[in-house]
Amino acid sequence: MKIVLEHLTKRFPNRNKKVREDVIAVNDFSFEIPDGRLIGLLGPSGCGKSTALNLISGLLKPSEGKIFFGEDDVTNLPAENRGVGLVFQNYALYPHLTVKQNIQFPLENLKGKDKLSKEEMNRRVLEAAKLVQIEMLMDRKPSELSGGQQQRVAIARALVKMPKVLLLDEPLSNLDARLRLQTREELRRIQCETKITTVFVTHDQEEAMSISDMIIVMKEGVIQQIGKPQEVYDNPANLFVAKFLGTPPINVFRGQVKDHTLYIGKDAIFKAGNVPDQEVWVGVRPEGFILNENGALHCNLNRIEVMGRDVSVVSTKDESENATIRSIISAENSVDTGSLVVSFDLKPNKVFLFHKDTQERIPYTGS
Amino acid sequence: MIEKNNLKGWLYLLPAFLFLCVFMIYPLIDVFVYSFEEGYNSASQTYFGVGLYNYSYVLHDTYFLQAVKNTFILVIITVPVSTLLALFISLGLSSIRPLKELFETIYFLPYVTNTLAVGLVFMILFKKTAYTDGMVNLLIQAFGGHSVDFIDGPYWAKMFVLCFYTIWVVLPFKILILTSALASVNQTYYNAARVDGTSRARIFRKITLPMISPMIFYLVITGFIGAFKAYSDAVALFGTDLNAAEMNTIVGYVYDMLYGNSGGYPSYASAAAIILFTIVLTITCINLLVSKKHVYY
Repeated sequence: MKIVLEHLTKRFPNRNKKVREDVIAVNDFSFEIPDGRLIGLLGPSGCGKSTALNLISGLLKPSEGKIFFGEDDVTNLPAENRGVGLVFQNYALYPHLTVKQNIQFPLENLKGKDKLSKEEMNRRVLEAAKLVQIEMLMDRKPSELSGGQQQRVAIARALVKMPKVLLLDEPLSNLDARLRLQTREELRRIQCETKITTVFVTHDQEEAMSISDMIIVMKEGVIQQIGKPQEVYDNPANLFVAKFLGTPPINVFRGQVKDHTLYIGKDAIFKAGNVPDQEVWVGVRPEGFILNENGALHCNLNRIEVMGRDVSVVSTKDESENATIRSIISAENSVDTGSLVVSFDLKPNKVFLFHKDTQERIPYTGS
Repeated sequence: MIEKNNLKGWLYLLPAFLFLCVFMIYPLIDVFVYSFEEGYNSASQTYFGVGLYNYSYVLHDTYFLQAVKNTFILVIITVPVSTLLALFISLGLSSIRPLKELFETIYFLPYVTNTLAVGLVFMILFKKTAYTDGMVNLLIQAFGGHSVDFIDGPYWAKMFVLCFYTIWVVLPFKILILTSALASVNQTYYNAARVDGTSRARIFRKITLPMISPMIFYLVITGFIGAFKAYSDAVALFGTDLNAAEMNTIVGYVYDMLYGNSGGYPSYASAAAIILFTIVLTITCINLLVSKKHVYY
């Protein structure tokens, strides 16, 4: 089932009573989530991701705007009746119930014609447990499970009622790095198997990029960009998105366009065709550097970090916004570590220009 | 290393342990011994013989039987009623937002008020005097009922006042404990249950109740023990001659045997105290057994 948000806004009264202005956690959200997709809601802490999720779940009421599930307006439907599955950041497993009882809990709420027989209930519980591979843990209490297992139980509990929409609030943040990697694959698999429209919230861009069909990047309650992960990475709409996505992060320089040529400091990088003369932010992805003795960009060489497959060249330049410039080049290139200066050519499709004040992307036809 | 720490641990426990021995365990043993010594006299330290005579006397004493009956009625009525009432009030308190602090304070006021002062208020509410029938009777009359003397009148009326008074006195503490227990239940459990379409009644039964069950259990146990040891409440309402008022409690009986008008019988008092101890111990053990099944920690 697709989810449509129309001008969704959520305001909270300011805690500081002297300030009359409300806090806007979610500001004018409008987008459509196609049926059966996995969407990553991505942004730094406190940007309103969880609020947005809670609005979709119905735990919070929007101040303005509408929410549709399919064709149905569910804006005023309480959480009880929306039929969404929600996995909480801390899993919220009932500690006094066993794994089986936890998973069965939502089914026992069904009333009237939806009421299930005991056998049917057992079958559904087992099915959900098998999907997340915890069928051997049914009689344990949540406190006797590891973090990863608890997370699976939480997912099973959300899935058992066969929701049309599955919402996950930072589902992997409590897991260690290895388990996180494994569980996110698992999440993807479960989503592919069940074809449930899924929205998951994360502040970890790598996580969002790796498993989402589509990501939504947020900042301070405002959507910055929506798109497929690779598209957003390759075509960031503004400096924030460019900085937020990618590890290692993008290198940002103060530059200027003069006579249709892009300069970083005194180095003329390349022709930036149609851009009028102005000061700009220049973002260069770490993989956008080509080592070249006669390259256009000259930096002060700091050190080389060899990582097997790649070599990471760490250097500095006065015009750099980051403390160090990190460029990743293939290990086949040899860098003269004795030299004080290193020079690069830049790949135009890995270089983005942003407006000095608005930080919006400036398209250019490079060469 | 562990051995050493063990020794240290015992050393730290020693002061408290010594105090307990001198002021709790030794007297307890002493009481136990007295209860078997016939006609023990604390001044001359003499007694006639050893046997079960004291128990036999106490168990055949109508005053004692009356006290046991009163105490049991008091326990059976006040413990469940006050715990349930406290639960409802705390649920109410935790679901309102405006004026919450004010209501919490109001409900806690009886706790900081002196027992005897509250007793006085109850006298004014319930006692019949030459000048007035008391607030409650005036109300009963206003609704067309017959006035009852709650303080010097029929047994059930007096028992009603005693129970009412006891509940009133123990309620604030229970409310305090239960409101904080309710507040400590993580909100996400409720959110999770709501998203799963759980009815309010089911949320209460399946989530709230198990989560606060240790606190309820604590209140029931201490409630039982407290009610079995009731004495001052009865005194506050009916004065010191409780036997005459038919309102004596077991502790009251013990006290009377020691110091009351009929006092000077430490042997009988000891026997009664041991009987009370046995009753409380039995009930607490039953409570513990029941709790194993129904309390989640």
